[in-house]
Amino acid sequence: MKIHEYQAKALMAQYGIPVPRGKLASTAAEAIEIAAEIGCKVVIKAQVYAGGRGKAGGIKTASNSEDVGKAVSQLIGTKLVTHQTGPEGVPVSKVLVEEASDVARELYLSILIDRTSRLPVMMASEAGGMEIEEVAQSSPDKIFKSYIDPAIGFQPFQGRKLAYGLNVEGSQVGDATRLMTGLYKIFIDKDCSLAEINPLVVTADEKLLALDAKLNFDDNALYRHKDIQELQDKEQEEPLEIQARDWGINNYVKMDGDIGCMVNGAGLAMAVNDLIQYCGGRAANFLDIGTLNNTERVVNSFKMFVADSRIKAILVNIFGGMARVDVIAKGIVEAYQQMNIPLPVVIRLAGTNLEEGQRILAESGIGFIRAKDFYDAANKVVKAAKGVME
Amino acid sequence: MSILVDENTRLLVQGITGSEGSFHTQRCIEYGTRVVAGVTPGKGGSKHLDVPVFNTVEKAMAETGANASLMFVPPPFAADGILEAATAGMRLVVCITEGIPVLDMVKVHRYLKCKSTRLIGPNCPGVMSPGKCKAGIMVGEIHLPGSVGVISRSGTLTYDVVSQLTSLGIGQSTCIGIGGDALPGSTFVNILELFEEDQDTKAVVLIGEIGGTMEQEAAEFVSHNMTKPVVAFIAGSTAPPGKRMGHAGAIITGSAGKASEKIKALSQAGAAIAPNPAEVGLTTQKVLETL
Repeated sequence: MKIHEYQAKALMAQYGIPVPRGKLASTAAEAIEIAAEIGCKVVIKAQVYAGGRGKAGGIKTASNSEDVGKAVSQLIGTKLVTHQTGPEGVPVSKVLVEEASDVARELYLSILIDRTSRLPVMMASEAGGMEIEEVAQSSPDKIFKSYIDPAIGFQPFQGRKLAYGLNVEGSQVGDATRLMTGLYKIFIDKDCSLAEINPLVVTADEKLLALDAKLNFDDNALYRHKDIQELQDKEQEEPLEIQARDWGINNYVKMDGDIGCMVNGAGLAMAVNDLIQYCGGRAANFLDIGTLNNTERVVNSFKMFVADSRIKAILVNIFGGMARVDVIAKGIVEAYQQMNIPLPVVIRLAGTNLEEGQRILAESGIGFIRAKDFYDAANKVVKAAKGVME
Repeated sequence: MSILVDENTRLLVQGITGSEGSFHTQRCIEYGTRVVAGVTPGKGGSKHLDVPVFNTVEKAMAETGANASLMFVPPPFAADGILEAATAGMRLVVCITEGIPVLDMVKVHRYLKCKSTRLIGPNCPGVMSPGKCKAGIMVGEIHLPGSVGVISRSGTLTYDVVSQLTSLGIGQSTCIGIGGDALPGSTFVNILELFEEDQDTKAVVLIGEIGGTMEQEAAEFVSHNMTKPVVAFIAGSTAPPGKRMGHAGAIITGSAGKASEKIKALSQAGAAIAPNPAEVGLTTQKVLETL
């Protein structure tokens, strides 16, 4: 789960990490008031769940109230398109108004879980303000890493090592170590999947400051962080994905094709989308129906497909294991009873309770295209989406 | 003719009395697996599915000689269950549970470094040695005893691949789901090592997916340490970057996580790459014909 920059900064401030003075505004009038309170040049930052805001025009500076008003009205109510959002962009409904900082150096600091060592790793670099992926590719020697033993936590010597790597001096070494310790504490306390300060700046008066802040959280751990769950801004997420989740379909990802897919199991669902492409078509979504105790999610999946005007054909590919084929078949029949499905539907079933599932579908009299195996299913649905019927 | 589990496996089920635990324990017993004990705190002394239930793993092992554990413990308590089994000296723990917080697993992995326990999963279908032992939730009937090892990060995609193999008459020595999480207990390399040593495994099918670099590490191992042929398929060629595709670990966060990079690495290491997920069986058949 993601949160906004202003929320991440508020959390970091609670853990002793220095952040610029600032407040959230949702109108020009509010922003002008905040700017007057701050009393110097301000930065106005669009609050969206996407990086690359600076280049996309989502960050503006202003020195007087007229400019503040103008900047805010150029941002709020618009959609910001960055290299991370896709062409449709993300809506801007709030801005963060902050005092402008006099920046001497831009650094990078983050913590994430390293999948190979299975440990949290803190990464620091003097190449702040850039995307760390690019730095890692072009000049990996500029990234310093400290792997953290979860049994003892982040230690001061690790902070000093990274601080010296960043070429900070004097009292800043202690400041940097305290800041890193605070960031590790947030990471552990809140079950983060990523804690990133980019850039971490050294100001002209030699203070460290988190100029930007990003915290992502482990979805599997949200059950023990009600406070974090409440920070979620649904407006920032893909509407179809929100709709799916509201209907109990947790594993739905919007794709850009025209074939609606309902599959059980994440690996099989990915493979189905791959196979559709191999056969010359494109999936409109990734959908792992998961383990079913009832038919509701099957019916809801069909509701999603029928409401999605992009979709020209539907593929159901189920290999029953934990999910039983007869339950899926009942769900399909219920979907046909509850709504008009004016689309070709290709169905491939295998696994637990297959015969019962096939009987339910045959007796229902619904018109669907039967597929004998995985390849046959993908091939038939691609043809159906193109309007080529057999 | 197998690794990890066989006819000598004495299985203990952690969480045996829950609905999933009950359902799948029954299936394991029907397949012929020797389920010797169950553990559910507070239900010690009772019997469930005719299997004796204990309060602790330690007691269950002492009284029944259980040597492998299959776990159906809910996510908030699963890490604790793994630690309990490891502390009791369990040699193999197969954790089915999906949804364990990553930081819980970081602690588990740290602790397991000082133990001899091998962990399979979490978020996996389990381990199956056809005709001998089913320690998991996979469909038993689709398997056939034989000499191809199968390793996968997926559940249902593995069932599909296994049934492709079986329908071509290609049996399996052992099928292992290592799980869809970011931090699996056993990696592709860990299992490839075992298959390389197993005299009755002739070839290995590896089903990877987007996210992380486990497939690249497997490619390194295949190119330097494997004498047996490897057939591979990587799911997620069409997955968009930055999106979690169902599995917690299936997310492209850097260029190495892409399917194309993994396919390239495995192909360069000499693995036979299946052109699509429906032809893993056929690709394996071709490889076996050359042996």
